[in-house]
Amino acid sequence: MSIDWIISIATENWEMFLRGAWMTLLIATLGTVFGAIIGLLIGIINTIPKPERGLKRIVLKLINIILGIYVGFFRGTPMIVQAMVVFYGAAQAFGVDMDRTFAAIFIVAINTGAYMAEIVRGGIISVDKGQFEAAQAIGMNHWQTMIHVVLPQVLRNILPATGNQFVMNIKDTSVLNVIGVTELYFQTKSVSGNNFRYFESFFVACILYLIMTFVVTKILHYFEKRLDGPQNYQMIDDLEQMEGKKA
Amino acid sequence: MKNVIEIQHLSKSFGTHEVLKDIDFSVNKGEVVCVIGSSGSGKSTLLRCINLLERPSGGQIVYQGDNILDNNHNINNYRTKLGMVFQSFNLFNNLNVLTNCIVGQTKVLKRSKSDAENVAMKYLKVVGLDRYVNAKPHQLSGGQKQRVAIARALSMEPDVLLFDEPTSALDPEMVGEVLKVMKELAGTGLTMLIVTHEMEFAREVSDRVVFMDKGVIVEEGSPEQIFNHPQNERTKSFLKRTFKQ
Repeated sequence: MSIDWIISIATENWEMFLRGAWMTLLIATLGTVFGAIIGLLIGIINTIPKPERGLKRIVLKLINIILGIYVGFFRGTPMIVQAMVVFYGAAQAFGVDMDRTFAAIFIVAINTGAYMAEIVRGGIISVDKGQFEAAQAIGMNHWQTMIHVVLPQVLRNILPATGNQFVMNIKDTSVLNVIGVTELYFQTKSVSGNNFRYFESFFVACILYLIMTFVVTKILHYFEKRLDGPQNYQMIDDLEQMEGKKA
Repeated sequence: MKNVIEIQHLSKSFGTHEVLKDIDFSVNKGEVVCVIGSSGSGKSTLLRCINLLERPSGGQIVYQGDNILDNNHNINNYRTKLGMVFQSFNLFNNLNVLTNCIVGQTKVLKRSKSDAENVAMKYLKVVGLDRYVNAKPHQLSGGQKQRVAIARALSMEPDVLLFDEPTSALDPEMVGEVLKVMKELAGTGLTMLIVTHEMEFAREVSDRVVFMDKGVIVEEGSPEQIFNHPQNERTKSFLKRTFKQ
């Protein structure tokens, strides 16, 4: 019966499955984190106010165009193809023998970065114009405005979309088996290649993917709640009264 | 009297639409100036041009002997000398009341955290909200938000405080608390430039009233002069329309 098979496959190969799951989680997590950083930087750079004329305007325009091409390219091609191009292309063109794990994280990061750039752009647009004006009015420059006022609000706004991206990355790292990264799908393929029990082996992988995405979703929901802070605030004289009672 | 800001031949166009036409205007130290006029007369744009939220199309803004519209002038430094209070409050949504009043002081003026906190508490007391330091903006009423916004502007200890229709977005019963704070401030010798629709308030607190219409300053003078003995036909008809309601 297949339940017995599932149990026996899971118990006999638990080390391979866990190593695969760990690799999947590592690539997805680092890829999402670096991708989010790339997206945030692009978001900040794209919203730098452009002067009316002069060299600075030309440079900023040029940077915008380059970033636009980056976003367009990586959003417009499948990650599985990008993986082949980056990994084998780099080897062939420059003779670079990339570490497979590094290559995987790199590909997920630049891919996620392209998506996150758009998500961050949406997040920045959704912040009220008055917030920028108030920050400028007290003399903040673009960086200060971004760091202290806008980005904290953007981060809160884009957290659900980022979580979505993270969950997608956990699943989509499976395509990286084409460059031989020993993530969960690759490991499962090895296991099933030995026992020829495809359904049961991949059923185990299925459960592991589900656990990972479920836990990550829960953790992100917790962060959202934490960021929102407490619903109520304490008046100062209430605090003082409480302290007074203690004293 | 020593003027704080002097505006010469200021103009501003949005596309082909000329909003401000050749404005000459100055604010003296310790003076409370109210700018009145109907919607679309350019009074808010004038205020926003003064602190460069809108880039003027032409003319000069002279502050401490320098034309701040010169290309190499440090705009951010100039802006710290002008406090701005917005119609829609624009408190930093991610920060609590105290931090709203501190962040500009520590990050822009580079004051120490404890100095900044003392200054912020001093001005939050002035607006009567020192008990609310832990509240986030979304937990406050409109009137409270605007009073925090005033404290935030005061915390930068600017040379002049600009108010852009500070009570227009408020429920009627909250207008009073904000105007009361502003009256108290006017009494302390603070230099204030106020764009407002509150005629009674303008009459009471102003040293000088400026009437604008269609992008030009039509008439200016003491409140007594403007409200009781207006000279210009446009001023007369505006006041008649306003006080009929």
